[in-house]
Amino acid sequence: MTRERVIDALAEVYDPELDEPITKLGFVISCEVSSDGDVEVVLRLPTPQCAPNFAFLMAADARKVVRRLPDVSEVTIKLEDHYTGEEINAALGRGDGFTGAFPGETVDDDLAALRELFLRKALVGRESRLCETLLTGGATPEEVAARRLEDLPDVPDARRCLELRRRLGLPDGPGSPAFVLPSGEPVAAAELTRWLRTARLMRLSLEVNGGICRSLLRVHRGVEIDDPEEEVLLR
Amino acid sequence: MYEKDGEKYFVVDGHQHFWDASPANWVKGQEQYAKGWIECFHAYMGLGPPETHWPLEKFMKYSEDDYVNDVFEEGHIDRGILQSTYLKEWYADGFNTAERNARMVEKFPDKLIVNGRFDPREGEPGLKQLEEDAKRYNLKGVKVYTAEWYKGSRGWKLTDPEAQMFLDKCKELGIKNIHAHKGPTIWPLDKDAFDVKDIDIAATSNPELNFIVEHVGLPRIEDFCFMATQEPNVYAGLAVVIGGLMHARPRFFNKVMGELLFWVGEDKILFGSDYAIWEPKWQVEGFIAWQMPDTEEYSDYPHPTTVTKKKIMGLNAAKLYDIEVPAELQLQNGGSPAAKEDAQLVESA
Repeated sequence: MTRERVIDALAEVYDPELDEPITKLGFVISCEVSSDGDVEVVLRLPTPQCAPNFAFLMAADARKVVRRLPDVSEVTIKLEDHYTGEEINAALGRGDGFTGAFPGETVDDDLAALRELFLRKALVGRESRLCETLLTGGATPEEVAARRLEDLPDVPDARRCLELRRRLGLPDGPGSPAFVLPSGEPVAAAELTRWLRTARLMRLSLEVNGGICRSLLRVHRGVEIDDPEEEVLLR
Repeated sequence: MYEKDGEKYFVVDGHQHFWDASPANWVKGQEQYAKGWIECFHAYMGLGPPETHWPLEKFMKYSEDDYVNDVFEEGHIDRGILQSTYLKEWYADGFNTAERNARMVEKFPDKLIVNGRFDPREGEPGLKQLEEDAKRYNLKGVKVYTAEWYKGSRGWKLTDPEAQMFLDKCKELGIKNIHAHKGPTIWPLDKDAFDVKDIDIAATSNPELNFIVEHVGLPRIEDFCFMATQEPNVYAGLAVVIGGLMHARPRFFNKVMGELLFWVGEDKILFGSDYAIWEPKWQVEGFIAWQMPDTEEYSDYPHPTTVTKKKIMGLNAAKLYDIEVPAELQLQNGGSPAAKEDAQLVESA
C-alpha cells in the first residue's frame, strides 16, 4: 500500500456541509503508511469548534474508505485540535458509531438523517449551477426542464449530481430528468425560475461556508489551498 | 454620526462586546476550550483588512480606552448594544457578562445599551436571575447562545419547553428583543445545530417579541432567509456578514447582501460590528460606500439606496430599542433626494 493510494481514497470523503472533498479543503494534514501496511491519517478542521456531528462523519468516512483498500492492516484516524476530538478518536478506535462517541447525547448512531439532509442540499446546489449555465447559454426554461441526464455536459457538477442521486436513491438513468427536486419529482418548466431563486441561495450558502473555511484555514492554520473564489485577504 | 457625500447616517451598532478572555480568567482544567475559543475569534479578525488586525494578547483583553477609541472616537457609532455571553464553563468570571458590560454603560449611559441573557437549563434560579438583571440593567433585549455548554449538556433549543417559560418571563419584564445566535453544538448532537427551525417556531408562538438572528443564520443563510421572509418579527443581524465577507470575499458579500435584501428586505436588517472581532470604522465606512455592481451576475438583486443604508446602519435598530433619533438624521418623507435618484437609476437600468 502506498501513501498516494490512501490519499486517492481519501478524496472520496466529502465534507457534508460544503460538498467538497476533504483532500481539496486541506483537512488531511498527514498520512503515514508503515511497511507493515498500518495507516495513520490525521485530520484537522478549520476551527476546534467545527460541529461534532460533521467532524465525526468525515473521520468515520475516512476510516471506511481506507479500510476498504487491499493490503491495509491497522487503520488509525485522528482528529486533531478539536473540542470533541478525544471522544471521536476513542469511538473510532473502538469501531463505535456516533452514539458510542457521545452516549446519552444523541440517538442517531450513523447520522443517517443528517447525512441525507446535506446530500439533498448539495444536489440542489449543484443542479442550480448547471441550470444557470444552460439559461445563460440561451436555453429557455421549457428547454432546461426537458433536459435529461444524458443531455448534460460531462462536467464535475454533472458527475457529482449523478453520484448524489445514487446516494439518495433517486432515478439516475440516462433518460431521467436532469433537474429534480430532492423528492425525485422533476422541476416543472413553469416553476423553474422560482425554483432557481431558492436553489441558487442554497448553493450560495454552501459556497460562502466553503469560502469562510478556506479563509480561516489560511489565517488560523497557515494552510494554503486552491481557492476557487477570488480572495483579497492576505495576512 | 457618519457623514458621506452630504448624507448623514445615525449609526447603531447592534452587536458588540467588551470581553475578558485573558488567561487569568480561564477556568482551571478547561484551559484548552477557553484558549481555543478566543483563538478562533482572533482568526476571524484576520478576515478584516490587515491594518485592523491586533496581536492575540491585546485581543484577549482590551482596555476601556481601546473600546472608547475604536467605537466612539474612530468608529462613528452613535449607540452601541453590548451583548452578553457568559461561557462560565470556560471563563471564571464569564466571557462578557451583563455585569461587566454594565460597568461600561454606567460610564456612557447616553450611548450604550446592555443586553442580558438567559439559559433555560438554569431553571428557577435562572428565571430569578433574569428578573433581577432586567431590573438592575433596565433590559430591553437579551442574547441567547444555544451552543453554550452547561453541566454536561452541549446546547439547547428555543423550542425546549423550559425556553418558553423564559420567553414568557421576557414579555412580563418588558424585554422584547431576543438576539439568537446559533452555534455548533446542541442537544441531541445528531441534529444540525445551525438549523433555525426552533427560532421559526418560537417567533410564530411569540408574536409580541422580536427575534434578531445574529450572523443572519450563517452557516445556514438559506434556512434563515426562507424563514425570515415568512415571519414578520424575525430580523437579520449583520454581524460577520460585513466583518467576515466585505473585505475577504467581496463577491460573496455582494451576493449575500443581495439575497438578504431580496428575502428579508431593508426594513429588517440590522448593522452589527461584532467588535472586538472587527473594528467598526472600516465596516461603517465600507458599507456606506458599498454599491451592488451593475453587472449581469448581480442584475436580479435589489440595489441598495441611501435610504436602504440609513435604515440598516441605525434606523431599524433605533425602532426596536426606542432610541430617539435626532430630527436631522431621520428619513425625510421616506427618502432623501439622493435616494430617489438612486432608486430611479435602478428602475431605469
